[in-house]
Amino acid sequence: MRLYPHRILLILLAAALVVWCAVSLRWDWLPKYLPLIAEGIWRTVWILVVTAVLGFLLAIPLGLAQAAGPWVLAAPARAFCTVIRGTPLLLQLWLLYYGLGSLFPQYPWIRGSELWPYLRQAWPYAVLALTLSFAGYEGEVMRGAFRSVPRGQLEAAKAMGMPRLTILRRIWLPQAIQRALPTLGGETVLQLKATPLVATITVVDIYAVAGRVRQDTFIVYEPLLLLAVVYMLITGVLVLGFRWLEQRRPAKVA
Amino acid sequence: MEALLEAFPSLGLLALEPPGWGGNLLRGLVNSIQIALGAFGLGLVIGTLGAYGKLYGGPVLRDLLAIYTTVVRAVPELVLILILYYAVTDLVNQALVSFGYARVQVSGLMAGIAVLGVVQGAYATEVLRGAILAVPVGQVEAARAMGMPPVMLARRITLPAMLGFAMPGLANLWLIATKDTALLAIVGFGELTLETRQAAGSTKAYFTFFLAAGALYLTLTLVSGWLFGRIERWARRGDREMGRARG
Amino acid sequence: MKTTILTLTATLLLGSAALAEPVKVGIAAEPYPPFASPDASGNWVGWEVDMIGAVCAAAELECEVTPVAWDGIIPALTSGQIDAIMASLSITEERLKTIDFSDKYYNTPTVIIGAKGDDFAATPEGLEGKIIGVQVSTVHQAYAQAHFADAAAEIKLYQTQDEANQDLVAGRIDATQADSIALDAFLASEAGACCDSKGAVADDPAILGLGVGVGLRKGDEELKAKFNAGIAKVVEDGTYEKVSAPYFASSIYGG
Repeated sequence: MRLYPHRILLILLAAALVVWCAVSLRWDWLPKYLPLIAEGIWRTVWILVVTAVLGFLLAIPLGLAQAAGPWVLAAPARAFCTVIRGTPLLLQLWLLYYGLGSLFPQYPWIRGSELWPYLRQAWPYAVLALTLSFAGYEGEVMRGAFRSVPRGQLEAAKAMGMPRLTILRRIWLPQAIQRALPTLGGETVLQLKATPLVATITVVDIYAVAGRVRQDTFIVYEPLLLLAVVYMLITGVLVLGFRWLEQRRPAKVA
Repeated sequence: MEALLEAFPSLGLLALEPPGWGGNLLRGLVNSIQIALGAFGLGLVIGTLGAYGKLYGGPVLRDLLAIYTTVVRAVPELVLILILYYAVTDLVNQALVSFGYARVQVSGLMAGIAVLGVVQGAYATEVLRGAILAVPVGQVEAARAMGMPPVMLARRITLPAMLGFAMPGLANLWLIATKDTALLAIVGFGELTLETRQAAGSTKAYFTFFLAAGALYLTLTLVSGWLFGRIERWARRGDREMGRARG
Repeated sequence: MKTTILTLTATLLLGSAALAEPVKVGIAAEPYPPFASPDASGNWVGWEVDMIGAVCAAAELECEVTPVAWDGIIPALTSGQIDAIMASLSITEERLKTIDFSDKYYNTPTVIIGAKGDDFAATPEGLEGKIIGVQVSTVHQAYAQAHFADAAAEIKLYQTQDEANQDLVAGRIDATQADSIALDAFLASEAGACCDSKGAVADDPAILGLGVGVGLRKGDEELKAKFNAGIAKVVEDGTYEKVSAPYFASSIYGG
């Protein structure tokens, strides 16, 4: 990024805007809510990381089944991805939390089961819904990535007598992931942007904390501004992280 | 099937006529489609202007557009919707009042379209910019050499030629538009997800209604996917011949 | 000085514009029976919806019922998307810092309900270690956070009271606190068979407020006067009783 005169002007304008926001808007609530805000950010990041990792692990078999699997595996994988991608995440989340929840009273044994302490809380549903959603979108990405690996390499490995699992582990999967990385970076940002939905099922993430500030103090815009800044910062970290990952090409593949 | 009916005696609640709530769901679906269409259209307008601005605009315009697309793509739609829905109508009204005009009443429909349109515009800018860049330079240069004025060049050459390249991205954007309408449930707009929530809350048949709404969204997605496939084939109708000529 | 004149003309213009346009009365877009909930044909019904009609008729106002999200109902008022709130919004000191209120049009006690067989009192001691669910942005959220936060295991915030009730039925929370009328309606329903009332909470007027009034933008004195006159009229001429009779056995106007 070159520093043209107009950019200096824009930066000055932005700085002026920040100063104006800091001076003329109300921020006196900030110190009191800092611990809650930190907790909220932590929970948002935690949910993002857990669901993205679990979702990606699920996406690999989903993509593989669609790219190379037999019909019995490919069709359900395809159907799963279509359903997840074809319906709003908010609806999936409410279906899992309130829909499943409304079934509990009909089956009293659920409350006696060992899973009950988890079923009782909200975060397992949030993690499940976001994981399935990420898996659905990434399954589609991985399908393309698996297909884009040149056939010749796989055939060469087969000709060398490499077992199928080894081919997958050493050749097919690493290259597919390498090819999918730029898309994955963007998709992880999208996943971050999906996390505030969990606030609607009582999970206290950073979005819910901002809501709490508004409910307590009736200050509307300042918490929203803070939210926007927090999400932009996390996005920045994600973008930089993925750029670093992309540049770290394994020497053998390159 | 019997087990299904036994487990969900509430299936009758989906009937289209009262006491069934199916009619409410369909009304919500119509609202959702209206907002999605409006937002998608507005997004296309913003996106076309934005793409041209990013490609051919001055340095200031380009930087401002970069800020717009970066911010919109980094901040959750839910937060943007809240900011735009409350702050922007508030600012507009304060400005109007301070200049001596009466407050405007922003209808939920218009606000929803505007908010989602601004979000869509940022993504559309990127999709269309990529598509315009994909148009072979030779075609544009040939038209310029023939003395075609810029607006006619855009209308006759660049826009039709890029449509094929833009179609997959635009189809994806449309699907995002239909699904993002669900977020307006959070600000209380009566689209499909909110109607579903109301029906579910009133009848306590959460499972039935959320599944039914899912089926409606899925139908919308599948139908639009088929439609966009046809449009893409139509938009690319010239491509194959060119490829053949080249080969 | 110039700005004062501008604001003055603006207020005048605003006043005349408000006469021509219908007054948008905001209600919560989430079901809150028996006060306001959508029916299967998409119409809003309930005591409060009827009361909006009665008060507006008495105040000679043309009103339009406009559902907005409960959690954003005050921003919707201040940003001008609606002109008044009649959504069981209690008159509290905190809210009076941001918006204005008409006189109250009902006042009912606050109760806590829980599962049958789970015996506890609606006190901090009784709620020791319990998970309490409340609706966000309500006086009940503020009350629970002020009085039960130390004793309770957790205070969960729900977008709608319906969802808090639903989670009580599902067993995810042990107790929920809300207006007695709304919870009585829930307990009388089929889903509410699981639960019973644990009694009223100790009053705290500073948080629970002094009854429910019409929420208005600050400075909207003309509309406030009209709503006050309308409420006074329906209470006086017996319309209030007539509207309430199908819903409640006794008057909920309160003291």
